[in-house]
Amino acid sequence: MLKNLTGIFFFTFLIVATGCSDSVLNNPYASGEGSSNVIYSSFSERPKHLDPAKAYSSNEYAIIAQIYEPLFQYHYLIRPYQLEPLSAKSMPEIKYFDKDDNPLGADATVSDIAYSEYWLTISDGIQFQPHPSFNLELHKELPTDIDAEQLYQLPSTTRVLTSDDFIYQIKRLADPATQSPIAGLMANYIIGLSDFSKRQSALIKQFPSLRKTQRLQSDTIAGVRKINGQQFVIKIKGKYPQFVNWLAMPFFAPMPWEADEFYSNPILKAKNITLDWFPVGTGPYYLTENNPNRRIVLAKNPHYHPAFYPKEGSIHAQKIGLLKDAGKQLPLTDNVIFSLEKESIPYWNKFLQGYYDASGISSDSFDQAVNFSSSGSAGLTDNMLERNIGLQTAVTTSSYYLGFNMLDKVVGGNSEANKKLRQAISIAVDYEEYISIFQNGRGVTAQSIIPPGIFGHLEGEKGVNPMVYEWRDGLKRRSIEKAKELLKEAGYENGVDSTTGQPLVLYFDTMDSGPDSKARLNWLRKQFKKLNIKLVIRGTDYNRFQEKMRNGNAQMFMWGWNADYPDPENFMFLLYGKNAKAVHGGENASNYQNPTFDTLFEQMSTMENSPERQEIIDEMIKISREDAPWLWGFHPKAFSLYHSWYKNAYPNLMANNKTKYLKIDSDLRKKYQEKWNQPVVWPLIVLLIIVLILLVPAYLMFKRIERSTAL
Amino acid sequence: MINYIIRRLLYVIPVLIGVNVLTFILFFVVNSPDDMARMQLGDKHVTQASIDNWKQQRGYDLPLLWNEESAGLSKASNTIFFTKSVGLFVFDLGISDNGRDIASDIGQRMWPSLAIAIPSLIIGVLVNITFSLLLIFYRGSFLEFAGVFFCIALMSISGLFYIIVGQLFVGKMLSLTPISGYVPGLDAIKFIILPVLIGVVSGLGSGVRWYRSLFLEESAKDYVRTAKAKGLSDLQVLFKHVLKNAMIPILTGIVVILPLLFMGSLITESFFGIPGLGSYTIDAITSQDFAIVRSMVFLGSFLYIIGLLLTDISYTLVDPRVRLD
Repeated sequence: MLKNLTGIFFFTFLIVATGCSDSVLNNPYASGEGSSNVIYSSFSERPKHLDPAKAYSSNEYAIIAQIYEPLFQYHYLIRPYQLEPLSAKSMPEIKYFDKDDNPLGADATVSDIAYSEYWLTISDGIQFQPHPSFNLELHKELPTDIDAEQLYQLPSTTRVLTSDDFIYQIKRLADPATQSPIAGLMANYIIGLSDFSKRQSALIKQFPSLRKTQRLQSDTIAGVRKINGQQFVIKIKGKYPQFVNWLAMPFFAPMPWEADEFYSNPILKAKNITLDWFPVGTGPYYLTENNPNRRIVLAKNPHYHPAFYPKEGSIHAQKIGLLKDAGKQLPLTDNVIFSLEKESIPYWNKFLQGYYDASGISSDSFDQAVNFSSSGSAGLTDNMLERNIGLQTAVTTSSYYLGFNMLDKVVGGNSEANKKLRQAISIAVDYEEYISIFQNGRGVTAQSIIPPGIFGHLEGEKGVNPMVYEWRDGLKRRSIEKAKELLKEAGYENGVDSTTGQPLVLYFDTMDSGPDSKARLNWLRKQFKKLNIKLVIRGTDYNRFQEKMRNGNAQMFMWGWNADYPDPENFMFLLYGKNAKAVHGGENASNYQNPTFDTLFEQMSTMENSPERQEIIDEMIKISREDAPWLWGFHPKAFSLYHSWYKNAYPNLMANNKTKYLKIDSDLRKKYQEKWNQPVVWPLIVLLIIVLILLVPAYLMFKRIERSTAL
Repeated sequence: MINYIIRRLLYVIPVLIGVNVLTFILFFVVNSPDDMARMQLGDKHVTQASIDNWKQQRGYDLPLLWNEESAGLSKASNTIFFTKSVGLFVFDLGISDNGRDIASDIGQRMWPSLAIAIPSLIIGVLVNITFSLLLIFYRGSFLEFAGVFFCIALMSISGLFYIIVGQLFVGKMLSLTPISGYVPGLDAIKFIILPVLIGVVSGLGSGVRWYRSLFLEESAKDYVRTAKAKGLSDLQVLFKHVLKNAMIPILTGIVVILPLLFMGSLITESFFGIPGLGSYTIDAITSQDFAIVRSMVFLGSFLYIIGLLLTDISYTLVDPRVRLD
């Protein structure tokens, strides 16, 4: 009994001893961190890359967009999305040229424009973050016992940003050793990028020991030229208005050659201290700790250039008081701590304890957080309201769709019968039900390929897809009878092929074949069953699925697309014939080809937003709705919760560098954390009493056994 | 014994070659080098040229097992299998397909795994042995019945349930420990209390029942009766004689897993945010990172063999009758 009591005492002591430095015992952060001006965020899987030439996913951008600053950014509060200068002094000056390099006017026709030049001027006096790579002495000699934690203890300095840093980064994009995901795409536009890449490849083979910085600096890209330290020009093929959107992505953020040189040291490489993990930027924050298996910490860049909270915003932003900090110097917080949180349950519980400032809502916790009113609008539950938690919702600029392979004999092609079959299926598959069951109501049914928030999307009656819906005081899905009628016209009355007399069997290819997706696949079978069509699920792994898609062997599939930038071209190109995946290796996964659509696409893609462009888009949408290469599916709706101390949050689906605008009331957070996390010890006392009570009969029996005879 | 150890160590080489061949075949049956490149480069805008470039830079542009274009021994050595395997036998784990030094990653991640695994093992074994000996002590009484019932109940509950309820009850409702997280050094104590506690409790049912069966078998032997006849108390018999004689199977179970402790626990580390090695291999399989998969399988096999060898050696320490020839 004495041993047990000692154990319990020791356990209690341990808890108190380890937690005594804090006012609460369950604080997952180091002492004192909770009271500082810090944002607590998380990441669910370690980012693959933090090199802006390689990173291309949202979890990577959440970190690097706070560190690297490209030339342009999306205005935080203005809608529709609008680009503005970031490290650039102004928006680019664009000059057009014909095939003989003669200058053309701004009103030149697309067919005349052979080249465009983007004249880019950067702001004065921008400096890089403090970093040891700018201390050139360290390039010659580094302490051999250095580790990641000591990196920032090395003597650091900075230098002023120049146009060379942007040019160096473009060379890095083209460098075969970097393996940038957009190298192939950009080679189609930037003059000389492809040739530069080939020459670099040859240099690597010929002189394998040549230093990367030397190799890149020894050559130039024909379409990228320096005017002076503040200005440079990028020359691209033809007219490509969306190019400026690419310039707002981290791919085109400046990179100092010193960083590349510094990190090429084998001592650092052996410790996994590379440019891919320890960025060097000009942004509002710089990385001070990177343990991608535990946490990533950013601190305010002491050399950050003057940048201020916006003074204007959308009416909605003004209405909810988001201009209170207008004109204040950015960033508004000193640190950001991203902790690795792989599982949603602990993440959610820590959010409720006040240890994360904001949270998405997983399916597991959706009912705890959100309820829908009779009118269908989402609101917070009483439990959330008691905690002063706020809710923001926004329809994402993404599309999740069910595609038909247009090369398939049964569901594809342009014949009237097959078109009617696809239209019938479009009506039968009830995406309202799908959103309700599998998305907890978080989504809106798609009426076309273009999601809300992107130019070309039309709201209300004008935006309805008449092939699937009708407008009767709101959106109404066409009846299943209409679908059956279309099916009959397609030659499959009651799901039976009129030519063979055999039941119609269709195939759905998917990588989701595990138990988690069983309900979803059963639901899909049920939707086809409405038309007496037998749906066969062909489950496979990721590699085989991708292979089937590349070879055009799938019949039907589900896929999605997230916007790279807010332009209809970035969605319409998914149906452009020259992007057909099985034919040209592009992103048109359904291999849809319609000559009229393609011509309109070529016309629309080079236009500025205007009523004329809207007309063309309307026509393209009409054609694609009739051809129905996709079941348009849905656009997911993002739900975010945030605590009352988390200020200035505003949904912006294009901007990745939002952290600098956020503000934390750390005193309020501390107050709530203490209120919500007071240790409760009485259950331990009850447990102790129960154990003591149980020990009494055990002790009595022990004495009895001890007193009994041995044999 | 030295001869025995040397012989066993020499057996390691063919076993590891076999494991390496098997890993290689299983991996490349499912994933081609092109698939690996696509996985690393992402889905968007990837061209065949980028894929070829990725393969060339990492040596995946070579034939898998046999290079017809090479001459002589190079037919076998100028292949993916040879170039990726040869370093392993001198414990050069190389660079992951994602560009990170694998040995450095393992060196960094093994400590948090050990911080959970070692206390869980030590406390777990002590608690299990104590409880199982007490069950033997109270054999035939309602306490034994209640104890066995309790053990079966504990065994019947999923490990994940312990974690979720433990986090909810101790971390959230009682607010006594952080729900998840980790900091290095002594501050780690407050983060490892809960996972260790849950590890011990979740293993209690099966552990106690296993040790109980060992001790039951031992306590039926003649020397126990003799000891009791000589007037030793039941407690003395159990803790001094039965425990000592049941050490061989206990050691078999413990020593064999000792080298593998640093490999960590997938679910525990994932739920508690412990930056250990638990998910290292699984993450590598998911991201089709062959360099990590082959290194971890190789290392795991090697450590398992070493564990078995240590078990054999430990027999000689606890049982003088055992001789290794």
